[in-house]
Amino acid sequence: MKLQRKNRLRALSLGALAVSGALALTACGSDDTSGSGDGGKETTANANIKCDDAKGQLAASGSSAQKNAIDAWRKVYTTNCKDVQLNYNPTGSGAGITAFLQGQTAFAGSDSALKPEEIEKSKKVCSNSQAIGLPLVGGPIAVGYNVPGVDELTLDAKTLADIFNDKIKTWDDKAIAKLNPDAKLPKTKIQAFHRSDESGTTDNFTKYLKGAAPAAWPYEPGKSWEPKGGQSANGSAGVASQVKQTAGAISYFELSYAGEGIKTVDLKTQAKEPVKATVDNASKAIAEAKVVGKGKDLSLELNYKPTAEGAYPITLVTYEIVCEKGNKAETLPATKSFLTYIASEDGQNVLKENDYAPIPAEIISKVRSTVAGLS
Amino acid sequence: MSTTTPTPPGPLVERPATLKAATLPRWSPLAVALGSAAVAVGIGLGAGLHSRIQWGLIAALLFIAGSYALAVAVEGTRQARDRLATSLVWVMFLLAVVPLASLIYETVQRGIKVFDVYFLTHSMGVLSDEETGGGIYHALIGTLQQVLLASVIAVPIGLLTAIYLVEYGRGKLSKVITFFVDVMTGIPSIVAGLFVLSFWILILGFGYSGWAGAMALAILMMPVIVRSTEEMLKLVPNELREASLALGVPKWRTILKVVLPTAIGGITTGVMLSVARIAGETAPVLLLVWVNPLINTNPFEGSQASLPLYVYQQYAAGTDASYDRAWAAALALIGFIMILNLAARGIARWKAPKTGR
Amino acid sequence: MDISSKTTARPPVDDVQPVAPVDKAAARGATRPGDRIFLGFSRGSGIALLAIMAAIAAFLTYRTALALADNTGNFLTTFEWDPAGSSTGGKPYFGIAVLVFGTVVSSVIALLIAVPVAIGIALFISHYAPRKLATPIAYVIDLLAAVPSIVYGLWGALVVAPNLTGLYSWLDDYFGWTGVFEYNGGAPRSLMTVGILLAIMILPIITNVSREVFLQVPKMHEEAALALGATRWEVIRMSVLPFGRSGIISASMLGLGRALGETIAVATVLSPSFLINASVLDYGGGTFAQNIASKFNEASEYGQDALIASGLVLFVITLLVNGAARLIIARRKEYSGANA
Repeated sequence: MKLQRKNRLRALSLGALAVSGALALTACGSDDTSGSGDGGKETTANANIKCDDAKGQLAASGSSAQKNAIDAWRKVYTTNCKDVQLNYNPTGSGAGITAFLQGQTAFAGSDSALKPEEIEKSKKVCSNSQAIGLPLVGGPIAVGYNVPGVDELTLDAKTLADIFNDKIKTWDDKAIAKLNPDAKLPKTKIQAFHRSDESGTTDNFTKYLKGAAPAAWPYEPGKSWEPKGGQSANGSAGVASQVKQTAGAISYFELSYAGEGIKTVDLKTQAKEPVKATVDNASKAIAEAKVVGKGKDLSLELNYKPTAEGAYPITLVTYEIVCEKGNKAETLPATKSFLTYIASEDGQNVLKENDYAPIPAEIISKVRSTVAGLS
Repeated sequence: MSTTTPTPPGPLVERPATLKAATLPRWSPLAVALGSAAVAVGIGLGAGLHSRIQWGLIAALLFIAGSYALAVAVEGTRQARDRLATSLVWVMFLLAVVPLASLIYETVQRGIKVFDVYFLTHSMGVLSDEETGGGIYHALIGTLQQVLLASVIAVPIGLLTAIYLVEYGRGKLSKVITFFVDVMTGIPSIVAGLFVLSFWILILGFGYSGWAGAMALAILMMPVIVRSTEEMLKLVPNELREASLALGVPKWRTILKVVLPTAIGGITTGVMLSVARIAGETAPVLLLVWVNPLINTNPFEGSQASLPLYVYQQYAAGTDASYDRAWAAALALIGFIMILNLAARGIARWKAPKTGR
Repeated sequence: MDISSKTTARPPVDDVQPVAPVDKAAARGATRPGDRIFLGFSRGSGIALLAIMAAIAAFLTYRTALALADNTGNFLTTFEWDPAGSSTGGKPYFGIAVLVFGTVVSSVIALLIAVPVAIGIALFISHYAPRKLATPIAYVIDLLAAVPSIVYGLWGALVVAPNLTGLYSWLDDYFGWTGVFEYNGGAPRSLMTVGILLAIMILPIITNVSREVFLQVPKMHEEAALALGATRWEVIRMSVLPFGRSGIISASMLGLGRALGETIAVATVLSPSFLINASVLDYGGGTFAQNIASKFNEASEYGQDALIASGLVLFVITLLVNGAARLIIARRKEYSGANA
């Protein structure tokens, strides 16, 4: 008996040690990442950001296309409004909308406008009002490639469609050579990568192919990749890193994922000169978009055959989805204050620095007035 | 060797000089190994094969063929077959050690880069994927709390079920339970995650939380604990139970005071091993705990992070800085699990049941 | 193990009976309030466990039924995964043929590689290695069994896969004519890569179990063979391997069970697409768990039902494999007489 008691004592003291150790651990952590690595870049306080009584955990999820934009905004916003813990989970648009409709999140990010049945469903979580989509992030979808020795590459919609449909198999194909008379094209096989997960990026890219080269692209545009075969990877970061690693690779992703390591294709459009994938050129195309949403919903219809000189045709607009009325009381102040900031001029300017395109002035002013009226 | 057997020289020339068959010297396998490695490197360089894997495979083939041929020539086929088996076993061993060693080496070498006190004591804060810095503190807290909560649910249920099966159960019920425990060990972890997701979050309407993740982990943990505890309880000699019962001690006290203490070492090991297993689970956590780059010390409200999830996300982010963080977090995770394992083994040795093993 | 429990190590409650000649309940020790409460608790937790299991089964079957009710394709033979019906005008059209193929092929590759190697290591530890080396090696391999799959995935995607291109083009050069080893360049993110990674992952578990079995071979058998002048290989062939055969089989089955359900590691190294490729070196294909993990996030509620239906199939397959493994282990224990 004595022996056992001793053991139990020992076990008890071990347990106590573990618990106190855990407690000690909880005391020494910190969320403040400034002062190491790139975290040291101090973000300045911005008097234009109004926190009001925004506080608490602000959970949101959705499109991974706008992840880098939200990251940049979050940095500025939370240095100014220290009481808000913004937490954006890049789960993908579908999961984001599902979580929002289930009342899990304060807002969702989506690459595509709300569908009628989603608006119908939203009446439950928005208590007698409905969900609306606010276009807040625009951006070019770049076509990145990795062909050693080729620094500039021009393609048109038909060639792109043939490449991704496995009709053009090598880089020295005539169709590519015709568009690039000056380039030294190698014999390398083309490795076309697509997204293995469903995504709004795929949706917009295939819409462009279908819209601009309907004969060469027989598939229905959609969030999942229709053609059989081809190589794939998960997420924009995934395909981008495959392009970086694989010689002869080509794929599509938001410009912000191209970074410095990946060259992007210039697109031949109706205009005279091939168009580079830049933020400004994307803005020109987005300016031609039409608002098709009803009421306060600001869903856009993009034009994949822009006529303006220098407009880059493959673009993507990401919407933040909130309730028009009947947002959850505890997160409403934070949601409103954050959306007000990102719709403001300061907020939209942050986009340009991060390879995203601001929303054209006419549309963004509508967004601002809608955000002001959220309740 | 031939010198040790004094065979007088004489007219019997045809008799072998020794009763022992000719053998290769002891250093011959090593020599063959070195030789084949050298030839393989030569071939690799000569033919311009870039992949080291091919070099290794060529060396392995040469080694097996070389030692077999040599043995056939000198020792005869039976011995040669023995040599062949020996060299095959050695090659298999090396073949397996290389990837496993590479796994450990790469994780340590790439992980150590950003692995420091700062990394352990800071969360990701508001860093974006491309920026260096940040840490795993939030994930560490999340994993510790989720694993602890899962153990709090699973250990009592698992222990009591095992006690029921070994000490009481004999009817249909125990057979059914045994069968379903087996079934439960086969649940893919993502299915457990889906189950909790639809019950707790979608039907009952609770939010994402560390607790939700802990429940899924508990489901994965229970059958492992039941199984290992069952085995340990069976090892307890019946004489102990009989002696205690004969003294008039009630059965429940016998179980608590005699049976359990005897088996406690093995039971603890089983529990620790199951903890180590669930600490590395990614799939259910991905669905239930969500992510949170910031510290959340309350597992019952709001999303949390966890170490395996952190590794997965940093890998998915795909930037150089995030790869560094992923490796460092993988190192931390392996370290955490190794410590648990070593502790479990230590306890097992310290308190091993004294059966005639 | 459950079978052996009936025959061997059950505590002899009945032996106690003559001491206290009372009714059955008393024999079970449930007369005193303390006993009754304790029995209640332990039986209760057993029932709780059953309830959880039943709830999971009911949930899986319910959502599977929902999914299958609206599927216009044949669930078993359809080569596509389109629960949203985007190519058929809104009618769900999906099946698991590709997933079955991918799961089976990758697991078989894993077993083909892992089993011989694992037997090699197990024999090395039990019969070949110097004593001083054997214990630490066994120890390290034990520890490797506990390395989480996400770490294997990270290592597989960033270290192993980039190094396989050379091997694959070499295989293509010499065995490409078979069709199975055709390689068209591109990132080596194929079923073969998955198989290799899975092989490395299940190696420790197969090794551990086989080693345990080899160590249980009765010493007398081995010594008898040695005394007859057998070489070490002949000892192994004549006494160790026959004795350990069922153990090796069940160890492989346990490994197979793990390979079938592996999720994250597969998702990180495979380039998935819904088609069946004759060549194991070319990208494409998919496995059950990987498909669930990579599609679940963007799926609609019905899409989730479809994925859960595939999860149920995986569950049943894993169950059968594990069950077979346990049966073999239990049978071996019954008739071997080695550890009696």
